[in-house]
Amino acid sequence: MEIRVIISGILIFSGCFLILVAAIGVVRFPDFYSRMHPGGKADSMGQLLALLGLMVYEGFSFVSVKLGLIIVFIYIANPTATYALAKAAHLKGVPYWRKDSDKKEDGNGD
Amino acid sequence: MGFIVTAIVSFIFWILLSGFFDAFHIVTGIISSLLVALFSHRLFVPEGTSLKVEAARIVRFSMYLPWLLLEVVKANVDLIYRTLHPSMPIDPVVIKFRTDIKEAMGKTTLANSITLTPGTVTMNVTEDGEFTVHAISREAADGLLSGEMQRRVRDIEGRDV
Repeated sequence: MEIRVIISGILIFSGCFLILVAAIGVVRFPDFYSRMHPGGKADSMGQLLALLGLMVYEGFSFVSVKLGLIIVFIYIANPTATYALAKAAHLKGVPYWRKDSDKKEDGNGD
Repeated sequence: MGFIVTAIVSFIFWILLSGFFDAFHIVTGIISSLLVALFSHRLFVPEGTSLKVEAARIVRFSMYLPWLLLEVVKANVDLIYRTLHPSMPIDPVVIKFRTDIKEAMGKTTLANSITLTPGTVTMNVTEDGEFTVHAISREAADGLLSGEMQRRVRDIEGRDV
């Protein structure tokens, strides 16, 4: 097997792993805001690794340049979408989960 | 000036996405990018933008990227640990701080960087630069409040604003 195929396989696999972790995180975390963490971080990194794997598989061509552009735009769009969701919840006053008291406080901070 | 820059950027984008170099595609591309530039150059390069300042910012931003990428990797390792650890070691806090970054682009960069770096998600940014941030743990909040990222983003914007 070509070394390039192996590298792209590893990259795509780790990308899928991160997206799986993001999904588990969204289910496991206790409240809305902590669920934003896996959604905003692991998803972006997961798509980066998966698309990077495809870029390595493709080699340098127009297709890989386009894949690179997709990575860049998702990296701009994903944190922005996370921010939009978190801001909407924050302005609506969605409570956030605290460890010490195990009771919910309102989302407007201290 | 803004018109020419927008037209050139649109045309480069056209070339990258089309991948054809025959006369028809080139001419169509030139016409399209000129049209796009005509309609939208005020959005892409707002009035009173100094190209020299923006070029310097792009250079400084590309020097900021490697640091950001390293933070993104750290953030993901941290997140994998917190997600898959059986006892799920999280202790969320909400913090507020002010920044002296003035321009919208700088605030956007800082907000998105906060979301991508370990343990923090931006919840709200106000017009006068107050950030509300959700941190997954005390350490993440302290790391953000130490202000290293703010300083770096401030440096991209430059002193001449």
